[in-house]
Amino acid sequence: MTSPLLSAKSLSRFYGPQRAVNKLDFEIYKGEVLGFLGPNGAGKSTSMKMLSGNLAPNEGEITINGYDLLSQPKQAKAHIGYLPEQPPLYKELSVIEFLSFCARINQIPSAKRKQAVETTIERCGLGNVRKRLISHLSKGYQQRVGIAQAIVHTPAVIILDEPTSGLDPIQIREIRQLIKDIAQEHSVILSTHILPEVQMLCDRVKIINQGTLVFNDTTQALQQQMQSSSLLVTLESPPTLTTLEQINGVTLVTALSNTRFKIHYQPEQNPTQMILEAAIAQQWQLTSLSPEQHSLEDVFMNIIQQETEQLGEQA
Amino acid sequence: MFTIARHELYRLFLSPLAWLILALSQLILAYLFLTHIDYFMQVQGKISAIPGAPGVTELVALPLFNNAATILLLLTPLITMRLIAEERRNDSFPLLLSAPLSATQIVLGKYFGTLGFFLMLVGLIACMPLSLSTGTTLDLTAIASGVFGLTLLVASFTAIGLFLSSLTKQPTIAAISTFSTLFFLWIIDWAGNTGESTLLSWLSLLSHFQPILQGDIHSKDIAYYGIVILFFLTLTIHRINAQRLS
Repeated sequence: MTSPLLSAKSLSRFYGPQRAVNKLDFEIYKGEVLGFLGPNGAGKSTSMKMLSGNLAPNEGEITINGYDLLSQPKQAKAHIGYLPEQPPLYKELSVIEFLSFCARINQIPSAKRKQAVETTIERCGLGNVRKRLISHLSKGYQQRVGIAQAIVHTPAVIILDEPTSGLDPIQIREIRQLIKDIAQEHSVILSTHILPEVQMLCDRVKIINQGTLVFNDTTQALQQQMQSSSLLVTLESPPTLTTLEQINGVTLVTALSNTRFKIHYQPEQNPTQMILEAAIAQQWQLTSLSPEQHSLEDVFMNIIQQETEQLGEQA
Repeated sequence: MFTIARHELYRLFLSPLAWLILALSQLILAYLFLTHIDYFMQVQGKISAIPGAPGVTELVALPLFNNAATILLLLTPLITMRLIAEERRNDSFPLLLSAPLSATQIVLGKYFGTLGFFLMLVGLIACMPLSLSTGTTLDLTAIASGVFGLTLLVASFTAIGLFLSSLTKQPTIAAISTFSTLFFLWIIDWAGNTGESTLLSWLSLLSHFQPILQGDIHSKDIAYYGIVILFFLTLTIHRINAQRLS
């Protein structure tokens, strides 16, 4: 296995006595999109600030492309691009001036600078606004300039802190598409509290709650957690609840209304076929039958609740 | 470092503030220049008979440089307040912090960029007495030492302003605290006028400026400004580094 591009070991950060981030481990491999999820105030931004070198951790170490961020900050920072929650822009500059400045402070040699800026403008779809002042651009475009700023020096790892917050749905879609494009050439760490975004964009997911990592697996594994073991059934002339419960594999039936039922079953014994046959044989007038899917939100809440309960038990 | 200095200077001239400051300070100083010349014309006849009497350089250029020092004291906070405080307020500071730059490079870049602006201002001020050379002979060394003194003075003003700007998120607070600090250091030796408090008069920005203006350049005065500049720049660098920890 190749060594990770960016790895962080047991990062901790305190604000006074308050522990914002607690022993967080972090690693990202080449060509990977890592989703970093958590409710507001979970420590996402603090972690991002630490990974980008804006904030020093109280404990732990961060290595980027083999360079230690604390002892060799210059070499390490050359390999990251960072977009904070608020895009850091000089609004009195035009897009092209701003990006040239970014290219300069990221030490792109002058011969390649113009080419780098042009490529970035192209990739971020800023061609039409290159001469406009940043302050005159819409929020969506400002966000694009923010992303452009992070990729102009083609860093190995790009850290994006809630890149779609505060945008309208069309802009969100465009920015997501842009992130997808970028992810083909760079490793991306993406923090967000929007779960579908993670489903769309990320290979791996980390969920953080109150500064502690509570979930760390692939997006697929997260989706498997979404599979639940219950069916939603509508029967126009239903039998008694006990009749339904006697079907093989069914563990519990709850009536949602006179005609709608939620049927829980043992995961290994899916009773869908049995119910169908029984419904036809006994004329229950089945009108709909669908497996219930947990939304990512439910999974999210479940994971967080489980973790909180465990913490409660330990205490 | 050079990139940041250039960027800082460029951004300064994108705002109307820099132009306004250049224009208004020229206007005020031009008026003062005129009154000095006026005064010189009045006394010229009386003093021309006295041997060793002050000439046009002493009576026009030196008072003008003195006025310029006061005006720079008022203007510096307005320019330095935005250096770091405004970047913080606009959330643009992370751009510099996450770039492969050391705190020293950021601070020195900002310092020299701003100093460049003030050197332009000093250059423009020096042009006024120099314009007299079309009609009379000037003591060029006296003017040179006056410009040198102003440069040292404004360089230390900028260092102090930069440090105070790094302490806060509010440009106005940076401006007010810079102004107070500069003014306090300006007048601190007033208390020492009566007694023997050499420490207070050593601390005063003004007491080191006057000898240079008179053409009396001592290494101890140059060293004083050097120490002030280094001291505040170092504090600023520490401040930026410490912020990552707080």
